[in-house]
Amino acid sequence: MDPLLTLLRNNARVPIEDLAKELNCEAADVRDKIAQLEADGVILGYQAVLDPLVAPGHAVTACIEVKVTPERGGGFDRLAQRIAKFAEVQGCYLMSGGYDLLVVVEGDTLQEVATFISEKLSTIKGVVSTATRFRLKAYKENGVSLVKEAKSRRLVVSP
Amino acid sequence: MDLHTQIASHVRDLPRSGIRDFFEIVQSMKEVISLGIGEPDFDTPWNIREAAIYSLERGHTGYTSNLGLPDLRTRISEYVHRHFHVGYDPKTEILVTVGVSEAIDLALRALLNPGDEVLYHEPCYVSYSPSIVLARGVPVAVATREEENFSLTAEALAKKITPASKVLMLNFPCNPTGATQSRAELEKIARLCIQHNLIVLTDEIYSELTYDGQPHTSIAALPGMRERTVFLHGFSKAFAMTGFRVGYACAPEPLTEAMMKIHQYSILCANTMAQDAAIEALENGGKDVDRMRKEYELRRNFIVRSLNEMGLECFKPHGAFYVFPKITSTGLTSREFSLGLLEKKQVACVPGTAFGPSGEGFIRCSYATGLEQIKVAMQRMAEFVQETKARSGAKA
Repeated sequence: MDPLLTLLRNNARVPIEDLAKELNCEAADVRDKIAQLEADGVILGYQAVLDPLVAPGHAVTACIEVKVTPERGGGFDRLAQRIAKFAEVQGCYLMSGGYDLLVVVEGDTLQEVATFISEKLSTIKGVVSTATRFRLKAYKENGVSLVKEAKSRRLVVSP
Repeated sequence: MDLHTQIASHVRDLPRSGIRDFFEIVQSMKEVISLGIGEPDFDTPWNIREAAIYSLERGHTGYTSNLGLPDLRTRISEYVHRHFHVGYDPKTEILVTVGVSEAIDLALRALLNPGDEVLYHEPCYVSYSPSIVLARGVPVAVATREEENFSLTAEALAKKITPASKVLMLNFPCNPTGATQSRAELEKIARLCIQHNLIVLTDEIYSELTYDGQPHTSIAALPGMRERTVFLHGFSKAFAMTGFRVGYACAPEPLTEAMMKIHQYSILCANTMAQDAAIEALENGGKDVDRMRKEYELRRNFIVRSLNEMGLECFKPHGAFYVFPKITSTGLTSREFSLGLLEKKQVACVPGTAFGPSGEGFIRCSYATGLEQIKVAMQRMAEFVQETKARSGAKA
């Protein structure tokens, strides 16, 4: 991956000047390159990574395995896009294997998520079945470990 | 009884390491950001740690062959051939040691008769000169210069060769300077070694950590050199395995056999589970080496630019994880600079003189520490340089 993208994926809030120093180029070049990546749709946005156990709100996350009947002409895409449009849906992926779509849904309460599944998702024409898995605990979020391990100490000065 | 008089004179006369001296001062202080660390800040990749755990689970807790596990030696042979283009027979020409440190000691003890001279470039790793003395050799330093980016030139080396010269020690990429050696200059040095019948000990522990796409050349791979070279390498730096203590020496059979004799009587064999972990490192560690190298390279870019911006001249090293900036513009000695920076700004660097007298005027900053720490350290160091210059300007 482009080293700039690697750095931004790791921490998108590093000042441009620092990125330029690390990449051994000028700040203006980094600014231009980021603007280009945004314009090209490579970078879609910048979001904070939250610890779901600590962060207020959105207490419930479910992964829903959805089987669908692909449409003539539209395949899986039209149905998947339709599902993805719901605000409750955080992620929607076409999968290989035993089911077709993996839909990640967030809600404030169990009830809210359950209602979405039974009243919205399952009733969409073409959805054959759903299997819902609720998240119990998170250990790693967006590559960030949520388990605080004590960093092993090195000698402060060594040869 | 005065026990001091009981200590062997050549041990008694050895100076304490300048690093240890400094370590004790730093250790007594709190909230220090250390750029004095001579080992990777990355934890050993998990698959390698897991291999060590699995080794214990399987009960691999006995001795191994003196030379090391046959499977490990076979993999080392393949690895060295693939990366350094030199072939060694795993049955007779590879010895697994307790880090490269042990391998250096073995090689020197195996080769030196009292009074034999050993050439090495300086500033250099702290153990070279003491190891030579402990093996009853005579250390002969060849100073490398900032103007030549701390590379060793054949010209400087030739001036120090005498009829008593027996061994040349090389360490590129170099701790503490980060210097690397071009193939052209290595070829000239190789010719000198052949001409003067020198044995070469080449410590290439940092060879995986080279930047800017510069390929690493081992002197062992140059024509006529394999037969007179002891190639030393290990797992500590590239695979972040310092605490495992696994290194190796590759050399023609008579040399390996001689080193093995000392190793056999003094150490017996390297740690068994660490050898199992080393097998995993060679089998599946390549991706992690690349990941760490990329991270080091970004940090190096950041630190070199920051140092130059604050007025500490610093060449851009192509290897290892050290930069070696010149601090003479502040009017301070290496030691004064390091102590002042530590006391006033709680940033630890190692004075260049810890790596030999030719390190005066320089400090070693390690970038084997997280970028966030490096950023704060550079900020504080810039303040220190500015304040020091303002004060000396006011005096003048």
